[in-house]
Amino acid sequence: MLRFIARRLLVAGPTLLVVITLAFFMMRAAPGGPFDTERRLPPAVEQNLKARYGLDRPLHEQYLAYLGGVVRGDFGPSLKYPDKSVADILKQNAPVSLRLGLASILLAMAVGVSLGVLAALRRNGLLDVGAMGLAILGVCVPTFVTAPLLILLFGSTLQWLPNGGWNGGALPNMILPVVVLALPQAAIISRLTRAGMIEALGAGHVRTARARGLPEAAVVLRHALRPALTPLVSYLGPAAAGLLTGSLVVEKIFNLPGLGKFFVISALQRDYTVVMGMIVVYAGLVLLLNLLGDLMLAMVDPRVRLS
Amino acid sequence: MTDLAASPAPAARGRSLTDDAIARLRANRAALISLGVLALLTLFAVLGPMLSPWPYDQVNKDHVWVPPLTDGHLLGTDALGRDLLARLAMGLRVSLAIGLVATLVSLVIGVAWGATAGYIGGAVDEGMMRIVDVLYALPFIFFVILLMVAFGSNILLIFVAIGAVEWLTMSRIVRGQTLSLKQKEFIEAARAAGLGRLAIVARHIIPNLLGPVAVYVTLTIPAVILAESFLSFLGLGVQPPMASLGTLISAGAQDMEMAWWLLVFPALAMAATLAAFNFIGDGLRDALDPKDR
Repeated sequence: MLRFIARRLLVAGPTLLVVITLAFFMMRAAPGGPFDTERRLPPAVEQNLKARYGLDRPLHEQYLAYLGGVVRGDFGPSLKYPDKSVADILKQNAPVSLRLGLASILLAMAVGVSLGVLAALRRNGLLDVGAMGLAILGVCVPTFVTAPLLILLFGSTLQWLPNGGWNGGALPNMILPVVVLALPQAAIISRLTRAGMIEALGAGHVRTARARGLPEAAVVLRHALRPALTPLVSYLGPAAAGLLTGSLVVEKIFNLPGLGKFFVISALQRDYTVVMGMIVVYAGLVLLLNLLGDLMLAMVDPRVRLS
Repeated sequence: MTDLAASPAPAARGRSLTDDAIARLRANRAALISLGVLALLTLFAVLGPMLSPWPYDQVNKDHVWVPPLTDGHLLGTDALGRDLLARLAMGLRVSLAIGLVATLVSLVIGVAWGATAGYIGGAVDEGMMRIVDVLYALPFIFFVILLMVAFGSNILLIFVAIGAVEWLTMSRIVRGQTLSLKQKEFIEAARAAGLGRLAIVARHIIPNLLGPVAVYVTLTIPAVILAESFLSFLGLGVQPPMASLGTLISAGAQDMEMAWWLLVFPALAMAATLAAFNFIGDGLRDALDPKDR
């Protein structure tokens, strides 16, 4: 098991390094800089600003200095908000995105798994058709369509829920963004669960359990569900990546003060350090969840860690 | 199949695997309907601009937010008085083109990378696939955004950026397929019969790769269309007055309370396109790989 973890970490390290390197040089290759304003700054002022943030040093020195900072957990100061460090900005915005993502994945799991299991138990029944419909909807109707439509229906027309805004994470403000984010994930999860469940129900050990006269509920919950859900565990990483991507759009549409909304703005403003900090955090999060998924998979399925 | 036709009068014509696959695809109603829908959508994208008397970028300040079926505007007009029918056809054309070209880019890179790794094997394979692993874990949408921000958004860059992201899965599929094909008896038989390496790859490996690759291509096209729309929605994709499904939906979402048609029609076109490609992909998979059923 330890060797398994070590091997996974061995991939994660280089990945993070590639992420930082690519992001660093791409950001610097972009025309313009953080101190470009409507009116041009006097050259002396700009020079001073650059010197203050070390931007006047050769690029490779800046790169190494940045790497050193990341290793120490220091993401540097923001270039656009002089009184704030990148860590401050992350601390301020990350909780919004995290709460949104966590609520969405929980909702997607609850809906997707129950729908998938029920659909597999009653194949071609009403719920199966419903699950198929949800799966199609989740694939064909992207978040940036569902979000405005739901706002139009529940926000503007019925006025049951607010059109957007965070309001300290109040429940009414959370409902629409979470539903929009969860929908595509729930669609995928229900399909995975349905396929896994159908396979599990036909497996030998389930037939044995039935033959021993176990009640149907015990057969399904104790014997079929576990192997049926194994593929879901490895979907954790991709799901997290999908949620992060979705949050870029959802935070923009619902005007939520999360990382996603900040990312695009910071990139456009050439706030190098903030963009870098966010990419490192995002990449770290995806890697961590991938690792977690692999670990859980190795725990429930011994074949994985032995191979 | 050409050698079959050339052989002297076969007594009973056998059923090839391809015949079987076509028969299975024909029996799949969802896939057939999707093919029809896709043909219509393509026709609309190609001919659509001619269906409307107005060019897609003609601004008319006196005809702002005209509802559908009025004043000759079949689908109404937008906030600048531009005809939605013409814009929708243009947007569909751009989105389909991006889908096709970017998928082609990913196809070329993915097949070359995967087949090389799979066929050479050993340390080369190990190294090449570790690179794919590392790239796989990157949060790619962020890099695409950075790319757009850094170099400005032009259509060519969108092709390259999205194509460069999508080739990873393709290379994994191709490599896996090549690896398992290499072990098969008929390859060994071909080698025993004295066929050269190149001939084996051309005659036996590549034809057997076509199935899974075709399936993945039809599933990549909608993914690419979605990715482009996503960028356009964030304001980083196709730039106005040019249109893509993403920019149309984005603009429609802003004006939806005044003009619902600006959101509904592009969204429907988008959903129909994505659904059609997905059903065709599923149908192809079922037709080409009956084991999965």
